[in-house]
Amino acid sequence: MTLSTFQIPTLFQEQSALSGKVCAGLFCGAQRAPPSSGGHPFGAEFRRFSLDRYKPGKFEDFYKLILHIHHIANLEVMIGYADVHGDLLPINNDDNFFKAVSSAHPLLRVFIQRQDEVDYSNFGTNTLSRKKKALVTLRNDNLRRRPHINISMPHDFRPVSSIIDVDILPETHRRVRLYRHGCEKPLGFYIRDGTSVRVTPHGLEKVPGIFISRMVPGGLAESTGLLAVNDEVLEVNGIEVAGKTLDQVTDMMIANSHNLIITVKPANQRNNIIRSSRMSGSSGQSTDSTASHHSLPTPHVLQNFHPDEMESDEEADIVIEGGLEPQHIPKLHSLTSSSLSRINGSSLSHRLQRDLVLNNSSGRESNGNIHKLLSSLKTDPRHSLVIPRGGIEEDGTVITL
Amino acid sequence: MRRFLRPGHDPVRERLKRDLFQFNKTVEHGFPHQPSALGYSPFLRLMAIGTRSGAIKLYGAPGVEFMGLHEENNTVMQIHFIPDQCQLVTLLDDNSLHLWSLKQHGGTSELREEHRFTLKGPPGSPPSATQVTAVLPHSSREVLYLGTESGNIFVVELPSFRVLEDRTITPEAVLQRIPEDNCNRRSCELVEALREHPKNPDHILIGYSRGLIVLWDLQNNKATHYFLGSQQLENLYWQKDGSKFISCHYDGSYSQWPVSSDNRQSEPLENTVPYGPFPCKAISKIYWQTTKNGLPYIIFQGGMPRASYGDRHSISVIHGSQQTAFDFTSRVIDFFIIFSSDPAADFDDPSALVVLAEEELVVIDLKSAGWPAVHPPYLASLHCSAITCSHHVSNIPLKLWERIISAGSKQNIHYSTMPWPIDGGTNIAPDPPQRDLLLTGHEDGTVRFWDASGVCLHLLYKLSTVRVFLTDADPNDNMNTLGEDEWPPLRKVGTFDPYSDDPRLGIQKIYLCKYSGYLAVAGTAGQVLVMELNDEDAEHVVDHAEADLLQDQEGYRWKGHEKLKTRDGPVRFEAGFQPFVLVQCQPPAVVTSLALHSEWKLVAFGTSHGFGLFDHQQKRLVFVKCTLHPSDQLALEGPLSRVKSLKKSLRQSFRRIRRSRVSSRKRRGGGGNASEVQEANAKFDQDVLQEMELAPVQRKIEARSAEDSFTGFVRTLYFADTFLRDSSRHCPSLWAGTNGGTVYAFCLRVPPAERRMDEPVRAEQAKEIQLMHRAPVVGILVLDGRSTPLPEPLEVAHDLSKSPDMQGSHQLLVVSEEQFKVFTLPKVSSKLKLKLTALEGCRVRKVTVANFGSCKTDDYSENDLAVLTNLGDIQIISLPFLKLQIRYPCIRKEDVSGIASCVFTKYGQGFYLISPSEFERFSLSTKWLVEPRCIVDMPEVTSNNHVHKSGTQNAARKSRGPGNSPGDCGEDERKSVRLMEHALLNDEKVLKEIQSTLEGGRGSYAEKNSSRSPLGHRLSNGGAD
Repeated sequence: MTLSTFQIPTLFQEQSALSGKVCAGLFCGAQRAPPSSGGHPFGAEFRRFSLDRYKPGKFEDFYKLILHIHHIANLEVMIGYADVHGDLLPINNDDNFFKAVSSAHPLLRVFIQRQDEVDYSNFGTNTLSRKKKALVTLRNDNLRRRPHINISMPHDFRPVSSIIDVDILPETHRRVRLYRHGCEKPLGFYIRDGTSVRVTPHGLEKVPGIFISRMVPGGLAESTGLLAVNDEVLEVNGIEVAGKTLDQVTDMMIANSHNLIITVKPANQRNNIIRSSRMSGSSGQSTDSTASHHSLPTPHVLQNFHPDEMESDEEADIVIEGGLEPQHIPKLHSLTSSSLSRINGSSLSHRLQRDLVLNNSSGRESNGNIHKLLSSLKTDPRHSLVIPRGGIEEDGTVITL
Repeated sequence: MRRFLRPGHDPVRERLKRDLFQFNKTVEHGFPHQPSALGYSPFLRLMAIGTRSGAIKLYGAPGVEFMGLHEENNTVMQIHFIPDQCQLVTLLDDNSLHLWSLKQHGGTSELREEHRFTLKGPPGSPPSATQVTAVLPHSSREVLYLGTESGNIFVVELPSFRVLEDRTITPEAVLQRIPEDNCNRRSCELVEALREHPKNPDHILIGYSRGLIVLWDLQNNKATHYFLGSQQLENLYWQKDGSKFISCHYDGSYSQWPVSSDNRQSEPLENTVPYGPFPCKAISKIYWQTTKNGLPYIIFQGGMPRASYGDRHSISVIHGSQQTAFDFTSRVIDFFIIFSSDPAADFDDPSALVVLAEEELVVIDLKSAGWPAVHPPYLASLHCSAITCSHHVSNIPLKLWERIISAGSKQNIHYSTMPWPIDGGTNIAPDPPQRDLLLTGHEDGTVRFWDASGVCLHLLYKLSTVRVFLTDADPNDNMNTLGEDEWPPLRKVGTFDPYSDDPRLGIQKIYLCKYSGYLAVAGTAGQVLVMELNDEDAEHVVDHAEADLLQDQEGYRWKGHEKLKTRDGPVRFEAGFQPFVLVQCQPPAVVTSLALHSEWKLVAFGTSHGFGLFDHQQKRLVFVKCTLHPSDQLALEGPLSRVKSLKKSLRQSFRRIRRSRVSSRKRRGGGGNASEVQEANAKFDQDVLQEMELAPVQRKIEARSAEDSFTGFVRTLYFADTFLRDSSRHCPSLWAGTNGGTVYAFCLRVPPAERRMDEPVRAEQAKEIQLMHRAPVVGILVLDGRSTPLPEPLEVAHDLSKSPDMQGSHQLLVVSEEQFKVFTLPKVSSKLKLKLTALEGCRVRKVTVANFGSCKTDDYSENDLAVLTNLGDIQIISLPFLKLQIRYPCIRKEDVSGIASCVFTKYGQGFYLISPSEFERFSLSTKWLVEPRCIVDMPEVTSNNHVHKSGTQNAARKSRGPGNSPGDCGEDERKSVRLMEHALLNDEKVLKEIQSTLEGGRGSYAEKNSSRSPLGHRLSNGGAD
């Protein structure tokens, strides 16, 4: 059983720091069904136009504009954009529209899909940069799945944390997974040494324990609402912390920070999930007895949690193959005024390049189309950095407004 | 799921592991930290040193070492060997006495504590009544005389420590025999010294603190003589024939007293204040040694004029007209004289003076003219300048070994040629299997080369890099102006010199290529020196290059130290390693990593700003790479600014506190009285305290980010010939790992040998790997097609290693502080990993590939990773599958400097500092184990002057004799074989050379000495000026 909390993605997007002043160039890739259903003969096409970064206007206007530019006024479409981390996020209200524009970096890639083709499960996950779930199915007519039943619009949200393994843990314990990937928020909590009381065969016994001591306001840990000050930390990613020092536990948490799973005994035991029959039996009746029952069901620790999956979820190291630029003395780089931005730019390009490599290797034919399209755009954003301010040029696919 | 299961217990592998791995702390090298007591047995020819932490260490012939530790960890105050026994008694500062003995067990001798004892007074007596101040082990070996603060002398039986109450010598008994007008009860307070009469064991000399000296007849229980000193007594010593004794005093004087049968009370024959007439410091110990030529040696500690030389730690030797005050670099703990041990001899005939100072052991040859120092084979002061780094090289080729020894012997010409005088016991350890060098870098810019092959860590050669630079303290400064005829005749001895002229000279990284004799040394101010071994003195210009690691990045200002100034023109270097290239990093930050490839003639170096590659053949910088993150200001400003800012913030906060106190005082206005203000202050202090106490120890949980400080810090550099670009062609490559978890790989093009000077070396960045966990990269290694680590440069050329497998695909191992990760090559993709920190919460501090051989079969060995973690554990991790094999706790995790100093050898041994002056040696291998194995036999007692010798003991000794003889014989044989091998090892020519230089150097000794002593003078007087 997995309970997930979601957050509106706009809340944790970082403001773009680039100094692009008024214009934000926006790419639009329109995703189309076969020719029969629309007017265009192509599966996809680009439009390029600009908006005022600080006054982008209302979502409705934008929506209309998109339909207008693409000559698809009669279609129901879903608009999405790629955020700075390569995640595909929806644009469906003023807030996330504004957020999308303001985070353009400096270009904003907007994807348009027909409403009925949208696979909502793509939204919010790290779609564009994941190895195994690489950019699937913006166009998913080949990978037809059961049509989604919308219950609570989860596609507007991105998971930031979840409670996992509820079925195998004592009710007094809680295993929380923090999804830090892609999120620029700090994990944001502190731990300390303390003592906790355990029930042993010899009666109550004081033992040293590790506790959460402080939450950073606005941090990931605080925003989940699943961890609180004075919660006792029992495990980190499946490893018991008993017998370990504060520094060891700190190092373990930091080492796992990309995908941190903490098992805690919440200080406040009133919000525990009361489960039905399955676990109850002997210990389920009173929360107290399980609270004191320390030993976790270790043999099947993290049952529902597959390490392999974790492996792939986390830390794909970035590898840049091939030379950036040959470096010879006395040839010195003239990293003059643009040195800073160049460094930033190149690191971005590294990232994108990686995406490219990964996606290529996964070789999904189904989405090859848009994939190629994206990669051609991504190869080097630096080249498209400079859009002349007022320069209105129309070059087939590029329209400047 | 697999990861969370316990590692499978493959019984075959488990058995193999037992044959391969075993953890032992084998021996402590260096000088004991905080020595507090010294003892010597002329009978066993063994020396004992006690320390403040309760350790006791015995040393004899090189390789003969024993160690014991008192459970109480209290300071050892005194050590006394029981005459003619393999036993000694120690007195601790908790007034407990401990009897130790050397017993043979399983072919070797072992030091064991046998008994302990604390003297107890009658109920109600003050603790001072039984506070032991003087110990005399009687030559009968049956009793100990214990002088106490109360003036009582207790007699305890050995080895049971039973107090023989009827034999106690009380002050009352003593005073009965002495006219009351001369003494009172207080004259007999505190026994300062107890000395047995050299000829008549029934008489002991008792010296009381206030100056009264009594000769006591043990048989008749009465004082036969008494002597009234006017000064507070410090110590006593008998002349050999027992006709006279000498006493030394608190006022810096010593007196000779005659002991004649007719006169019961006598005046001193002679009373001298050697360094008078102005007030002098106490003479705390004195020796009187007779010689054949009639002129005695008088050797005493202290006695310097209070005002001008009161700060000196001196021991003076007076022999006829010769007088020298040896001036030690640190406090003198104790000293003894080695003299003819033959009791039948008519004269003492002293041969050596052995001085234990707080920081070093100094032995002076009293036989040779000029009294030169003897080079100790052990107890080296590793910390004569603080150790800043160390580097171990295993299995040194004989040729290089000899050249280093010969270079070192030229430096040691001022030492005496006397064989080591403390030569008790027999070393029965097998010869070290190979020649190992331990190189230590020091704060003063020197590198010391130690013979680390065996139990004795022995200095072979000392290299100084100072000569290349212009420093404030120029050795050419003329300091010889002070005259020779100065009084007192001080002479600086010892090598301990903790004061560094310039901290920038400190050595940070060392890399020695044992095949080519190339040495690279890097230091605190970004200096990198490449050196070559030259057997002759030479004068040449050091090529100088600068490496700008910031590459013109703007807006940065280095606020740390300046770079070192270099000396222009040719510089004279003595034989040994002579620098020929100097690269200075800009900014001059401390060099954090260094690699040398002697085959390609390249040296790579890294700092917190970036790294560079230098071609030392063409003397040309190949490339530099800046690794700085633009937002990392701390790295840019340099290490000093951090300290400064900390100081500043501290100062500010103190000011703030003061200001608020003042303002609160002011607010109260004139009406407030003093007590109110005080109260307020107290309250304020309390609040501050409370605030401090309330803040719990907590740790922030935050992922590492690219913006962290010092991410650009280059932690490791590695040369490899591997498949970097494509799988068909391998090429030279340079790998660098940073603190921020980035690995850079550069493809190098090294021109073939015939065109090596014509074409430039080229480098091109081929790869960049950013580890997502961003932990510092501490090791990089390439495994060949057989998963064997690539050999060292030139190793294959010297036929010492199989050439690497270039057929199969290579793998890259990246070790970060948190993970071990194997990648494929040439396309880098993750293949295998061990997430150490995520699993265990420990981080990697040191990692090395080590070869482990099986102790059962000679033909099996394997390569594994030896890892030291921040918890002080040592783990062995298999290659290439990264499976944890075994873990041993080794260093306390609080011992940060111990962990930081750890160095592994290539064959599963290691060293770490247990104090500034001592290395602990440990072994992870069952096969390579260097530990003391020695035996101490009771020498046959030839003398017959011991009246009290017990017949049974004698018989016991005799009966043991024959039983031992076969073994002894075997040992002798072995010993001689070893000696032969040594002779062969140092081939004849070298030996001759050494000898000739030693003989030739004699003459120049006096000059050297004269230039040395004023230097010392200047150093220690610096404060006063």
